[in-house]
Amino acid sequence: MAEKYWQKEIETASREEIKAIQSERLKKTVKHVFENVEPYRKRMEEAGLTPDDIQGVEDLYKLPFTVKQDLRDYYPYGLFAVPTKDVVRLHASSGTTGKQIVVGYTQNDLDVWDDIAARQLCAVGADENDFVHVSYGYGLFTGGFGLHGGATKLGATAIPVSSGNTDRQVTILQDFGSTVLCCTPSYAMYIGETLKKKGVDPKTLSLKAGIFGAEPWTEEMRQQIEELLDIKAYDVYGLTEIMGPCVSYECSQQAGMHVNEDHFIIETINPDTGEVIPNGEVGELVFTCITKECCPFIRYRTRDIGVVNTEPCACGRTFVRMSKPMGRSDDMLIIRGVNVFPSQIETVLLKMGYSPNYKIYVDRVNNTDTLDVHVEMNEDMFSDTIGVIKANEEKLEAELRSLLGISANVKLVAPNSIERSMGKAVRVEDKRKLLGGKK
Amino acid sequence: MSIRQISVFVENKKGSLVEITDTLAKENIDLRAMSIADTQDFGILRLIVSDTDKALAVLRSKNCIVTETAVVGARLRNEPGALASVIRVLSEGGINVEYMYAFNGATPHHAYVVLRVDDNDKVAELLLNEGIKCITQEQVSEI
Repeated sequence: MAEKYWQKEIETASREEIKAIQSERLKKTVKHVFENVEPYRKRMEEAGLTPDDIQGVEDLYKLPFTVKQDLRDYYPYGLFAVPTKDVVRLHASSGTTGKQIVVGYTQNDLDVWDDIAARQLCAVGADENDFVHVSYGYGLFTGGFGLHGGATKLGATAIPVSSGNTDRQVTILQDFGSTVLCCTPSYAMYIGETLKKKGVDPKTLSLKAGIFGAEPWTEEMRQQIEELLDIKAYDVYGLTEIMGPCVSYECSQQAGMHVNEDHFIIETINPDTGEVIPNGEVGELVFTCITKECCPFIRYRTRDIGVVNTEPCACGRTFVRMSKPMGRSDDMLIIRGVNVFPSQIETVLLKMGYSPNYKIYVDRVNNTDTLDVHVEMNEDMFSDTIGVIKANEEKLEAELRSLLGISANVKLVAPNSIERSMGKAVRVEDKRKLLGGKK
Repeated sequence: MSIRQISVFVENKKGSLVEITDTLAKENIDLRAMSIADTQDFGILRLIVSDTDKALAVLRSKNCIVTETAVVGARLRNEPGALASVIRVLSEGGINVEYMYAFNGATPHHAYVVLRVDDNDKVAELLLNEGIKCITQEQVSEI
């Protein structure tokens, strides 16, 4: 099948062209925020910078970072670079990791967003004949509207199902002939399990691809989803602060997500020192918006840990690719002084044949942190003898200890006893926080 | 010669066992024999039932984790020393028993012992040599 592009010229432009576009747009954006956003102007002045000091992408490192706390400090509209009369849409983050934040979009911002979402849809093989089933939540969360806008722009048929009511999701998949499913990976798993439970053979559906993001997931989970739904599963990346879904997008190669570099500049930094580190090395991902009008955040620290890959991609796109984030420092747990990401635990579970339905409990007993992982039993791991089950459990504990560097207690629980999520899965319960003690 | 045993995963929390027994009761499935093996976190409920296929299907429909195992069911005279003779046979034959459980039959003369071993046919033969018969799946209903 021939690779499909939405805006082929820019998606396959030479690196020199991309760099030239970025430099020109960065200069313009820096001038825009300097003139229109007081906190940005103050910070640049404090750093002894004027817009003239930024002549291209090579000067980007000079600019101060933007962090999530800035959005909270200047909540709600203190970082908007246009008057609110020009703002046509607001979105807010779910606030799962603290006070909610709000971002605004001008009509032009929404047009850009629609384009990058259409690029994502084309990259997974969709065109105007497709039925795009959007099970991301519609509302302040960017997921639903983001993919919806892309589908509409592409000329495909958008089905705004939103999240929840899984029985109805199945009916719509069957009756409306959905061909592309967009939702969180954990919800895709849940829809797949529901199909199985209802005895619906995924081969009888028209589904061919899925675009899954908004929460961490693993390669192992991708394989499971592909089997359960009989589709190709693609990764998408985005965050409210930068745009929403489709800041970067996976192509037919399923090997990293192309960053929409004509709209965003990606950098990798050392999260401790803030120093820029070379592409190919693991670090915190930082984005600078270079076409946005309302919220063109400069050097926004995502807290996502990942790698930027500059190798050419077989799909023909020339945008650099970023890895799936290995973890989010917001999700990162510090247990007995060791950094633990829930996604690491998930990787081990899937590798060992357990279900990806798990919950992590962290507590503090006698001044020592404890890590308990509840895992649902499945028929593959079950046996009529305790010895076999215990041996499997011990193997799992050993594997977790070797990967995490600390020991975890595994508890096998009944199937379906761990709550399924309709949106972002709640994987962690940190009881230490309830004690009011320091983390 | 073996009979069919169902094992069910039971999480160690209030109400998990009653859910399973209620499900079987509702479907009119008669329990011929049962035993439970437990650890701190979970248990394994082992059952010999009147209708194995139906029991497997209804338990799976209730999202229970189940597995089926072929076990040996030896029929003994219900008198002192009967079990001892079985154990002796197994011991002398070098048979490793994973687990076992015993129960009385419906008639006062018989007791039964369920054995989980590696080679069911070999064990059945060893027992028969000592005059101890093993039951077939068809005979489970006579227990």
